[in-house]
Amino acid sequence: MLAALFFVLATFAITTKVEGSRQGKDRVATSVVWVCFILALVPLLSLAWVTITKGIKVIDGYFLTHSMSGLLDTDEGGGIYHALLGTLEQVGIATLIAAPVGLLTAVYLVEYGRGRLAKTVTFFVDVMTGIPSIVAGLFILATWNLMLGFGPSGFAGALALAILMMPVVVRSTEEMLKLVPNELREASLALGVPKWRTILKVVLPTAIGGITTGVMLAVARITGETAPVLLLVFGTKLINPNPFEGAQSSLPLYVYEQYVVGTEASIDRAWGAALVLIAFVMILNLVARGIARWKAPSTGR
Amino acid sequence: MDITTETTSSPPPPPGPGTTLASKGSSHAGDRVFIGLSRGSGIALLVIMAAIAAFLTYRTGLAVSKDEANFLTSSEWNPAGDPPVFGIAVLLFGTIVSSIIAMAVAVPVAIGIALFISHYAPRRLATPLAYVVDLLAAVPSIIYGLWGAVFLVPHLDGLNQWLDQYLGWTYIFDKTSDGPARNLFTVGILLAIMILPIVTNVTREVFLQSPKMHEEAALALGATRWEVMRMSVLPFGRSGIISASMLGLGRALGETMAVAVVLSPSFIISGRLLDPGGGTFAQNIAAKFNEADEFGRDALIASGLVLFVITLLVNGAARWIIGRRKEYSGANA
Repeated sequence: MLAALFFVLATFAITTKVEGSRQGKDRVATSVVWVCFILALVPLLSLAWVTITKGIKVIDGYFLTHSMSGLLDTDEGGGIYHALLGTLEQVGIATLIAAPVGLLTAVYLVEYGRGRLAKTVTFFVDVMTGIPSIVAGLFILATWNLMLGFGPSGFAGALALAILMMPVVVRSTEEMLKLVPNELREASLALGVPKWRTILKVVLPTAIGGITTGVMLAVARITGETAPVLLLVFGTKLINPNPFEGAQSSLPLYVYEQYVVGTEASIDRAWGAALVLIAFVMILNLVARGIARWKAPSTGR
Repeated sequence: MDITTETTSSPPPPPGPGTTLASKGSSHAGDRVFIGLSRGSGIALLVIMAAIAAFLTYRTGLAVSKDEANFLTSSEWNPAGDPPVFGIAVLLFGTIVSSIIAMAVAVPVAIGIALFISHYAPRRLATPLAYVVDLLAAVPSIIYGLWGAVFLVPHLDGLNQWLDQYLGWTYIFDKTSDGPARNLFTVGILLAIMILPIVTNVTREVFLQSPKMHEEAALALGATRWEVMRMSVLPFGRSGIISASMLGLGRALGETMAVAVVLSPSFIISGRLLDPGGGTFAQNIAAKFNEADEFGRDALIASGLVLFVITLLVNGAARWIIGRRKEYSGANA
């Protein structure tokens, strides 16, 4: 830090003397931009490095295929199978709810939407993107649990995740549909094909690559959400394959629980689960971006 | 270069091509079903938003009507007590202070990185960098929290001591108790690191859109690179920077897990940022939820409503600024 500061001041002094103050300021700005960049890389690289080195120690076949059933917090061993299962089920259900609704809303906005309703929907989709995840959790808590009287379950968590996922799907699908060239729609309509078939057979297939990418990125986003799961799914040590009844677990929640326990063995487990979670999210991201790149030419740009 | 970043972060472009295609008087049954389905989904979204506001308000009403203290100004949280008292003063203070620290640290650095990626870095370095920043925006918050608690807190101890020693006279950096740095200052730094990728992403996209002609004109007049940035790129991107910061602020305000893991909370308002204590809305909900009875949950929902309203205002402001910029650049196109 101090060395960087000294370097910047020294360059400023020397350049100002030799080349004039304008060049001096230019050099300083260049250095500051470089320093900003390096300064930001340090914590981000450290995050990746720490997670990988600490996580890799814990992960093996046993860790991935066993639950925490019958283990004390201080014991070594145990695994994340129940959390992995819970995450997959909750995210799966959330996607099943959010993806069709989001897709149809985007179709409405791009293909049919005119007038005040479309504007209102666009505005509230924007607003919805900014809802903090804990507020979505509280909403489901207020309706599903407190008002309708259901206990904690994976399904309740999935509902909250679906609320978080919908606006993201709408946004990305909307952008993709707008990229579909108008000539395709006009050609199809000119052949006498009704509009809904045009959308189903021409517009959606053209944009399918981008839409898939958007949905996968949305899935990656909700996979890491902890707060609504904490409120609604509650967490358990046992394997509960039924998302509609009883507490489940999930990977981010598992990380949190194991950290809160605070023994050496449990923090190791937290890192292991964190690495699995980060790997899952990163793979989703990379695959999604891969699809985007692979399918990009077919959007007609 | 890649479309996906645009989809998640760019402002909505002008009305799509589909809107120009009015298929009037189509009497197909399939058409009607399809219109109904898609319009229904749009309306469903609106209903969900309305329901969120309505139910949270209803529950808040239940809780606040039994609250014996002033909900907005009390700094106690004991809904299970007799009489029940709870107020959001501490939470409001903690949320705003930690977010301000996060913004103060993250925004200048993010502008620096965005300039670096868009204008300073060699092309071969810039593309993968932009990619990496995109990926970092996807790291789950709980992992930032875990890293913050295990790794960042011990590493910030030194900085805390240094601040205390040399800037202790400013009161806000006066450290009166020992112990690890689980304070609002650390939370602010952690939030800054978390929102850095998203702010950088949006700012970079805006910088990349700055008119090449302006830059070349400035260069042709003999401006240095920094003068080009200051005269052409930054003014063009100003509203973009503001809206990116607002989006980051929205994230920082609502962040739950990272704060819950790092902060050691207490219900005291203290301007001494380096002393452990304080709390934020989201952190308080996560921490108090398990021990709360039904009325306690209503109280937490009430605090959640305040958070909801604050984030709505921040996001609304960001959208409004983005909207204004669109008109501006449209006029220039």
